[in-house]
Amino acid sequence: MISELFKRVEFYLDARQNKEIFIYPGLNLGAEHSNVHTQAEATVFGFWVFLMSDAIIFGMAFATYATLLQGTAGSPGPRELYHLGPIFIETLLLLTSSFTFGMASIAMKYKHPTSHLVGWLLVTLVLGVIFLGMELDDFRTMFAAGGLPTQSGFLSGFFGLVPLHGLHVTAGCIWLVCMLGQIAVHGLDSETKLGLLRLALFWHFLDIVWIFIFSVVYLGGLA
Amino acid sequence: MSKPVTRIPATNALMTNKRRDFMSYVWGFGLALILTLVPFALVQWQATTRGSLLIIIAVLAMVQTVVHFRFFLHLGRKRKREDLLLVLFSTSLLIIMVAGTIWIMANLAERMTPI
Amino acid sequence: MSWSTTLNHPLGLLDADSFPFLAMLGSDDSDIFINGLLGSFAAALVVISVMVVVALLTRYRAWRTLWFDWLTSADHKKIGIMYVVLALVMLVRAIAEAVLMRAQGAVGLDGGFLSSDHFAQLFSTHGTIMIFFMAMPFLTGLINYVVPLQIGARDVAFPILNSISLWLTVAGAALVMTSLVVGVFSTGGWFGYPPYTGTLYNPGVGVDYWIWSLTLASLGSTLTGINIAVTIYKKRAPGMKLYYMPLFTWTALCTAIMMIFAMPPLTVVTLQLALDRYLDFHFFTNGLGGNQMNFLNMFWLFGHPEVYILILPAFGVYSEIFSTFSGKVLFGYKSLVWATMSIAFLSFLVWLHHFFTMGQSGHINAVFGIASMLIGIPTGVKIYDWMWTMLRGRVRFSVPMIYSLAFIFLFVIGGITGIMLANPILDYQVHNTVFLVAHFHNMAVPGVLFGMLAGYTFWFPKAFGFRLDERWGRISAYCWIFGWMGAFFPLYILGLMGLPRRSVAYEQASYVPLEIVAFVGALLVAAALMALVIQLWVSIKHREENRVFVGDPWDGRSLEWATSAPPPEYNFPVVPSINDRDAFTAAKEFGVGYQEPDTYVNIEIPQNSAMGPVFGGTSFLLAFGLVWQIWWLVILTGLVTIGTLVVRGFQRDTLKIIPAETVCRAHRHWIQAARSAQPIKRSQEHTAANKGRAALETVEVST
Ligand code: HEM
Ligand SMILES: [Cu+2]
Repeated sequence: MISELFKRVEFYLDARQNKEIFIYPGLNLGAEHSNVHTQAEATVFGFWVFLMSDAIIFGMAFATYATLLQGTAGSPGPRELYHLGPIFIETLLLLTSSFTFGMASIAMKYKHPTSHLVGWLLVTLVLGVIFLGMELDDFRTMFAAGGLPTQSGFLSGFFGLVPLHGLHVTAGCIWLVCMLGQIAVHGLDSETKLGLLRLALFWHFLDIVWIFIFSVVYLGGLA
Repeated sequence: MSKPVTRIPATNALMTNKRRDFMSYVWGFGLALILTLVPFALVQWQATTRGSLLIIIAVLAMVQTVVHFRFFLHLGRKRKREDLLLVLFSTSLLIIMVAGTIWIMANLAERMTPI
Repeated sequence: MSWSTTLNHPLGLLDADSFPFLAMLGSDDSDIFINGLLGSFAAALVVISVMVVVALLTRYRAWRTLWFDWLTSADHKKIGIMYVVLALVMLVRAIAEAVLMRAQGAVGLDGGFLSSDHFAQLFSTHGTIMIFFMAMPFLTGLINYVVPLQIGARDVAFPILNSISLWLTVAGAALVMTSLVVGVFSTGGWFGYPPYTGTLYNPGVGVDYWIWSLTLASLGSTLTGINIAVTIYKKRAPGMKLYYMPLFTWTALCTAIMMIFAMPPLTVVTLQLALDRYLDFHFFTNGLGGNQMNFLNMFWLFGHPEVYILILPAFGVYSEIFSTFSGKVLFGYKSLVWATMSIAFLSFLVWLHHFFTMGQSGHINAVFGIASMLIGIPTGVKIYDWMWTMLRGRVRFSVPMIYSLAFIFLFVIGGITGIMLANPILDYQVHNTVFLVAHFHNMAVPGVLFGMLAGYTFWFPKAFGFRLDERWGRISAYCWIFGWMGAFFPLYILGLMGLPRRSVAYEQASYVPLEIVAFVGALLVAAALMALVIQLWVSIKHREENRVFVGDPWDGRSLEWATSAPPPEYNFPVVPSINDRDAFTAAKEFGVGYQEPDTYVNIEIPQNSAMGPVFGGTSFLLAFGLVWQIWWLVILTGLVTIGTLVVRGFQRDTLKIIPAETVCRAHRHWIQAARSAQPIKRSQEHTAANKGRAALETVEVST
């Protein structure tokens, strides 16, 4: 049994032996550039690894939030500070932006005219920016209701977590603008494609983090 | 260095691939939408007790995570096993760290609560 | 100190009082004066060393070479060497501090010469430096240098990222060094527990220095981890299955994976402390619902894996050395691999043993205690494997082997005391005593440092083309070994006698004799360090007779020995094809160790890039600005840092091509040298006859 398990693991670990089945879809770099392809594979895989490391960062921020939940120290808590309406809209915005980025990925992979790709990317960007605007507005409302991070452990936990996601989205938006710039300057060369591929992973990843934010922080806080 | 083989698909196959990719996002979007709407609605109208609400929210969040990984990040399609393994491994470590933290800190909190 | 107070000051908190030297002059208290003198002496040393280096570079017109051949290099070998240089420089400082602390201990009955504040800075910088700026750069350097060669790759997966990681680490180290000259360093120990490190008790800049140097180091290490893991996973030579990889590469892989997952908690916890300090958050404050226990918890979520990040590469080095210097294949290869992986995984399950005494329930302590003890099993497996490797081998007692043998003896002792500490009941007795200090130095010095020094001696000829002087190497090794024993065996006893760690002074006269023994041991350690410096000096002087251009001075077994010493920029003219473990030994046995390929091709390697040093420079200034709250500097350097990233994204054609003819010429030259070199027997490997070509001496292996 155990040795069978080891064999399995070994097989997967050795997966690169059958390299041809591990080429990333979404990249049509052409067979002739074999080392470009190998490098592309490494780049995308490296980015996955980075995301997992980032996931631990978020995990720690979540764990901190959880341990500080009781530490409201007499200042406002979840029920006084959270409002479901805006959060719901923000959730939809992010979800939709994930979908529109998916459309952009398809446009890139199947070589639609570049204008399609750029169009979908722009839509994604706009959704991201609106999301950020709404989130900032949430924070403003919280501040107005006495919900400042300096007030309590609980609020520190909150502001150590949710804005961390917001900062990531901001970084994603800046990156998106840069990718648009690269499309303009270099066209869709393999580096640009590779960049977009990674940005897509990043964007979808942030949407997954948001699932936990709305579930744990907001829904959990208001349930 | 063994040359990676890119299969150059026939146009037909290309079309089906494209359709499949497209449907993947559509399915993902639809499922995620439902999995979002339900818990929001339940909380908005406080449909059941807090305990059961929390459980439902947690379960739906897990499911939605899987949906996102599957349909948006295309995890677990045959070609990309290594990513799947990576995510599973990372998730196990993440669970160890987060659950361990909460276990320890909750225990401490309990022991320090004045009776 | 909160950010808002410094908004209107162009130099933030910086003023004349920030310079300890000036502060000393202004004071008439003799205690402050002595400590100030010591501090100023250290600061002067830093300043003078920097000036000397600058002068020498100018004198020999080496700035161009330095910039183009080294600082901006994306070559994993040069980056590896720079890491090791950084590690050695920081080692000197940290050992000096250690000796100073032991000197204070020897005269510490009711006083001594150091103020408690100064003593606290000493153990804080010593610990911080040893872990983050000595051990980490050292192992990262060795991995960087060796792993791509061992797996037959041209470079790491992301060469520029590699350079950035290096420079982030350098920036962190530079920040610690700066704290000697400007301001003070933290007094909170290497793990900086709040609330002591909160603004309430520590309003100065010391803790901020600690926070930002750690943040830079941990970011650097995370990126390194990603880089190494992907390199090993994706860049192996064709045919090299995972089970064909040399053991050092295996340990590098496990360490890299641990870096990826263990550094984030550190990043989070230091940033949260920073938020507490700068923006009045309440993560870890006593009041207002903060919870300092979570700091301990998260710090050790990083901290325990960290100690295994440190030790695993050392295990890898020992594995290579035992097998090479016994002339045998490694015994129990697969069990070593699985033991390494189990240790890596288990190390994520035991962090609570660092705070058994914090007050959680007994059953939690029991769970983590048992998990901790489990680590003894795979570690024991390794010890036996290494001993079996030596059994009936032709063991040569060269310097790396001396370190390795000392490691086996001493590490077992450290392991046993570790198992003792894993028992919560016992831990309650010796927690926070110097018994613990003795235990972790038992792992850190005979375990980690000896491994690094053994690796340094082992691979030095590969990197520089000539062997290190054997005699001074032995002197140094024996001084390290006996010095360590002298410095730390007494601490086990002192710990059981109740001496708390971090004590600047004590009142029990019975401690004195052992404290003096420990001081003598520390002096021997200092001598060891001196011997290391002399060894380097002597070796450079006699480099001509010690050249090993052919590249295989020790009858090596893995691929790094299959190329010239030093290797060409592209490592291998043709990427080798692997079908066995110990690939180079196999090739030598089949008589194909030095063969010309049928054809040569153009080779693409990454161009130099100023990204790394620029990144290092801006992040250093950014961190410095944060420490001193110079906000315009923070904003400026922040923007430049982001700008660099953006610009890099727009760059294309970052590769340069080495034409096939150049490759061919270099390779033929090497083959020529190899064929004309006299293959030497193992008994001659320390003589001038050793040109780097090993004679085949097959050991009868009975398994
Ligand atoms: C052989 C040379 C060394 C000597 C003589 C030495 C000496 C010392 C001394 C005297 C202390 C303070 C003990 C106390 O708190 O009472 C100390 C602390 C420490 N040392 Fe070393 N050390 C050596 C090497 C190392 C190495 C190689 C490492 C790590 C890789 C290391 C890591 C530490 C750490 C982490 C601390 C704890 C600092 C703190 O209390 O926060 N040391 N060492
Ligand atoms: Cu530990």
